[in-house]
Amino acid sequence: MTWNEWLLDPNPKSRAQSRAGQAWLQWLRFRRNHLAMAGLFITLALVLAAIFAPWIAPHDPIAQSLADRLQPPLTPGHLMGTDDFGRDILSRILYGSRITLYIVGLVILTAPVAGLIIGTVAGYFGGWVDAVLMRITDIFLAFPKLILALALVAVLGKGMENAVLAIALTSWPPYARVARAETLTVRNSDYIAAVRLQGAGATRIIWGHVMPMCLPSVIIRVTLDMAGIILTAAGLGFLGLGVQPPDPEWGVMISAGRKFLFEQWWVATMPGLAIFLVSLGFNLMGDGLRDVLDPKGAR
Amino acid sequence: MTHGAFPMTPFLKQTGKTLFSLALTFLGLLIVTFIIARVVPVDPVTAILGERATGEQIAEMRAKLGLDDPIWKQFGIYLWDVIHFDLGTSIRTREPVLEEVGRYFPATLELSTLATIFGVLFGVPAGVLGATRPGSVFDQFTRLFGLIGYSVPVFWLSLIGLLLFYGQLGWVGGPGRLDSMYDMMYDMKVPAVTHMILIDTALAGEWDMWRNAVSHIILPAGILAWLSMAYISRMTRSFMMNEMGQEYITTARVKGMPEGRVIWVHGLRNTMVPLITVIALSYAYLLEGAVLTETIFAWPGLGRYITDALLIGDMPAVLGGTIVVGAVYIGLNMLSDILYRLADPRAR
Repeated sequence: MTWNEWLLDPNPKSRAQSRAGQAWLQWLRFRRNHLAMAGLFITLALVLAAIFAPWIAPHDPIAQSLADRLQPPLTPGHLMGTDDFGRDILSRILYGSRITLYIVGLVILTAPVAGLIIGTVAGYFGGWVDAVLMRITDIFLAFPKLILALALVAVLGKGMENAVLAIALTSWPPYARVARAETLTVRNSDYIAAVRLQGAGATRIIWGHVMPMCLPSVIIRVTLDMAGIILTAAGLGFLGLGVQPPDPEWGVMISAGRKFLFEQWWVATMPGLAIFLVSLGFNLMGDGLRDVLDPKGAR
Repeated sequence: MTHGAFPMTPFLKQTGKTLFSLALTFLGLLIVTFIIARVVPVDPVTAILGERATGEQIAEMRAKLGLDDPIWKQFGIYLWDVIHFDLGTSIRTREPVLEEVGRYFPATLELSTLATIFGVLFGVPAGVLGATRPGSVFDQFTRLFGLIGYSVPVFWLSLIGLLLFYGQLGWVGGPGRLDSMYDMMYDMKVPAVTHMILIDTALAGEWDMWRNAVSHIILPAGILAWLSMAYISRMTRSFMMNEMGQEYITTARVKGMPEGRVIWVHGLRNTMVPLITVIALSYAYLLEGAVLTETIFAWPGLGRYITDALLIGDMPAVLGGTIVVGAVYIGLNMLSDILYRLADPRAR
């Protein structure tokens, strides 16, 4: 039996086989979408750049060399030129991918989880628990996101961790909404009633039987939100409220290049291209994933 | 629109509910800003008196600011002040925050209104044309254009726009709302009516100044319009795709109605209801999205006011600005809700 036959077996012998088969079919559908594949490649490139930055970066991203300051792109040894401290821009962008990935990772590990818990609890219990939790969610949704993030950073202080916290605190409400909607559709189904009759408690039912049903919609939302997270983080960095120099965060780099935009355009342009490319990649991949995982939501 | 017996009562009831939830949301906004203001590491007493105040002075100031009162009482006073349009005093300028916000807000309003107008004028037709010819070159192009708008960091795009259209080509005015030459004469020649430069200069008949103001606003407004267009065209396309598959469209076609009328009158009219919400949302988003754009274009708007205050730790100004933006945001959401119900008989 070949791999393909095993994966597409109409009578799977185990749960794992059936799951693998499903995933394989979804991958085949995803692969047909060229734009989504382009997005996947950009994302993979980001991950690879982050992992192998010390090996592929031609220079130290922090070390200053004032003799080489503000070299234009395509200077030998400096493909993207150098900044006002003579640091190699390409190397800084490569190392910066680590920071970007780290921020996105932290946010998508916290906000969706918080949203999932709040949404499933609200949906499962209903009544006043639902009313209170959803009212809080609505209040956070009614806030302008960036402004709230700004105010939070002002309170918590500048820095990467606080920027992550501010972004996470402003981005959980949509996940809570999605999770609650999914919970409402399953909470009265027979299988939940069966588990309850067997004596399972609320925690066990929510954790083991409701949350898994909410995961696909939440995951789609997450991939579509990743670009927004990158843009917000870069915006905070640009305003001087997120990651602090000399760390090579892309928004910080653009902010530094702003001073000599008209004379040395590349200093601000290059990191901006990196942000744009990565955010475009996430958007393309998110669109493709949504088409595969949620055909009825496809537009 | 239905005529004659207008089912007003359920509509009023719904609107009442909306107003109640609006009040609750606004209360929530105030609770959040209050909490932020209370946990802020900057001690308000030191901020006012400086580091060298004596213990007695500090105690006196604490009593004066009501910091020794129980927390619920402090919140009550805060609530009372805000309801009476008192947002506190800016630490930087010692002026009432609300007055300052009132001075800065029209610039933001002017910018985001212009951007939304452009966004609707281009976004809606683009979405409709894309939906009627799905997969065509035009459709692909619009989607790509929109996707770029979604993905590009707006502050970077603003810098590149300045570099290209101001620095290299010289087609537009640079940062600020006017050239410095006009800026100096502005207060003398133009009476402040709306605080929106385009309107005030036109009212005063200062057309040279008006043209100069246009050359300054066109780039930031165009950039924000791109973001708004990306969202509006995408949503219009999806709503229209949905409508064009409906039976009434087929019926209209079978009757021999010209295709243009089928699309632009019958189809588009039915997408208007959800579109109102989309346009209101994108407008609200631009009001806050202007924060970064304003910083780059030295645009004296609310976003810049908040970020400037933030960088020097002027918390009353930051929170006052946040409350105003939040209130406008909530207001726009509610307005779209009411318009939605007015436009759609089923939602009444």
